[in-house]
Amino acid sequence: MSDNKQSVKRKKPTLTPKRKAQSRREFLRSSVLAAGMIGASMLGYVPVLQGTSLRLRPPGALKTPQDEQQFYASCIKCGQCVQVCPVEAIKLADLLDGFGIGVPYIDAREQACDFSCDGLQCVLACPTGALTHDLDYPADTRMGFARLARPKACLAMQGKGFKGQARGADYRGLLRYEEVDRWNPIPVSDHPYDLEICDLCVRQCPIEIRITQCEAAESEKTDQPVARVAQQIGNACPPKHAITLEPVELGDGVVRMKPVVQEGCVGCGVCEMICPVESAAIVVDLDKNADTVKES
Amino acid sequence: MSYIKDSIEHLIGNKIPRPSKQQQSAEVQAIYAGKKGKLSKADVEAVRHAHKSTFLSKWQKRRWATLIFVNMLFVASFYFDVQLVEGALTGARVMGFHFADLNAALQVALAYKHIVLNLVIGIVTVFLMWLLLGGRTFCSWVCPYHLLSEWAEYLHLWLVKKRVIKNHTFNRKVRIVFYVVFALLALITGYTVFETISPTGILSRALIYGPGLALVWVGLLLLFEIFYSRRAWCRYVCPIGVTYGVVGLLSPVRVKYNAEACHHEGDCRKVCLVPHVLELTIRSGARDVNQDVSSDCTRCGMCVDVCPTDSLTYEVKGLSKMLK
Repeated sequence: MSDNKQSVKRKKPTLTPKRKAQSRREFLRSSVLAAGMIGASMLGYVPVLQGTSLRLRPPGALKTPQDEQQFYASCIKCGQCVQVCPVEAIKLADLLDGFGIGVPYIDAREQACDFSCDGLQCVLACPTGALTHDLDYPADTRMGFARLARPKACLAMQGKGFKGQARGADYRGLLRYEEVDRWNPIPVSDHPYDLEICDLCVRQCPIEIRITQCEAAESEKTDQPVARVAQQIGNACPPKHAITLEPVELGDGVVRMKPVVQEGCVGCGVCEMICPVESAAIVVDLDKNADTVKES
Repeated sequence: MSYIKDSIEHLIGNKIPRPSKQQQSAEVQAIYAGKKGKLSKADVEAVRHAHKSTFLSKWQKRRWATLIFVNMLFVASFYFDVQLVEGALTGARVMGFHFADLNAALQVALAYKHIVLNLVIGIVTVFLMWLLLGGRTFCSWVCPYHLLSEWAEYLHLWLVKKRVIKNHTFNRKVRIVFYVVFALLALITGYTVFETISPTGILSRALIYGPGLALVWVGLLLLFEIFYSRRAWCRYVCPIGVTYGVVGLLSPVRVKYNAEACHHEGDCRKVCLVPHVLELTIRSGARDVNQDVSSDCTRCGMCVDVCPTDSLTYEVKGLSKMLK
């Protein structure tokens, strides 16, 4: 009987109860799958809402750090910025950053951005504009703003000098040393210091280094040819100081030296990286930058 | 025209009804009529036996080699800093020229609501490349998750054969639901939500930049595919496949089916990642003697390898005659 019926209604055969149950189960399974997958992807919101995904970003990262969303939206998570950085400062975030998975960040204490690229290669490498092309020079960068978080720990504030490898012999971080090689960074552990008063954060600040160079060039005004690469990339002189060592009197009549962060700080994190105290006396705040500090 | 129509039906997960007698050409009808009762099970078995084994046969070897080569090119380029291929599968520069995965680019465009020129260049390049080379070819010839999933599939099939587990299917329409939902999520939340769980992006980055916790997610997906549902991610979830399936609508690279030699024994459908595209190989399933497999096909060549009578072959539209 049922066979007969089916052959009559050939175009749309009625489903047997078994098939019906099967397709109902399949529909339910598919709904659970959809809910599960979308739910899993939305878990990416959690670290973002908690703010645990906030990190130091490469130069030119969109907007302010508070506006992380725009940066996440525009980043295609390809890591081309990682590939061009000469000091390998840029890393890609993992699953724990939720929606931030695959976006670049910098762990300054481990390896800060010392601008040894000279031309903001990461910005040039970015295919989507997540690192804005509005930057021309390192001094235009707004990654954050340094702060002397633990003044008591600061060696200069204690009137102490520093001798030896800034971060110990095992430290893997790189820095570019003007006096060693203008273009290629070397391991910090290969470059010991001997300082009467510790001024590492000022001494190694890329902005300060550049200002010193510019001043030297200015005072010489020589016929010496400017390095061609510097000419090509138009490596301009930073307009403002980023950090200086200034004398302070703490009330006990003794004058001490204190690192003071200036308007020109771009938040690159080199001071945090090079600070020999554990943990660093100076850190980079992500919620501030040279512009917001000036306004407030 | 019917090729495009079939492809769209397959992409959105609809079933294509068997062609009626009126829709079939006289030649193919004659072929079907001529075969009636001709082939015994033993004959089919004999032909199958004479055919070479299916594991690591011609196209599978070529495909695996290509897939590994492409991914290793990224890895080696970064590792040795040769700047040949920079970036990852989501976005790259190949000898300085921008490439952007179409689905990742779509997510960025929807979330960010702004597209810079470099991304446009990347999109156009990749669009043209897959328009020429084939649509879902990306899936089986490039995507690193595909390879892992393929191995997981062997394990899954073995477990099914041993009756340890059962395969659970989903409704194929759910893939379009995912496609729309992930597009909407990017648009509404402003985050590239799909990238959070995309195993293609995760694996590509893990290969190039080193492993991370995200691989746990990829592992979970593979376990799900091994123990619960065959090829679940590729078949029912991944929007990347849908994107390339659409791009591939007009691609000249296809798998061609010839009804004449076909024994309709169905070996091809058993190995196929998207078996619905091969329903035309069921007896009286084809409209013409020669018909192209729809663009939901990943052009993986498993069916070409397994077919004992060479009814399924690769073809490049307009070039096939030249190639012969």
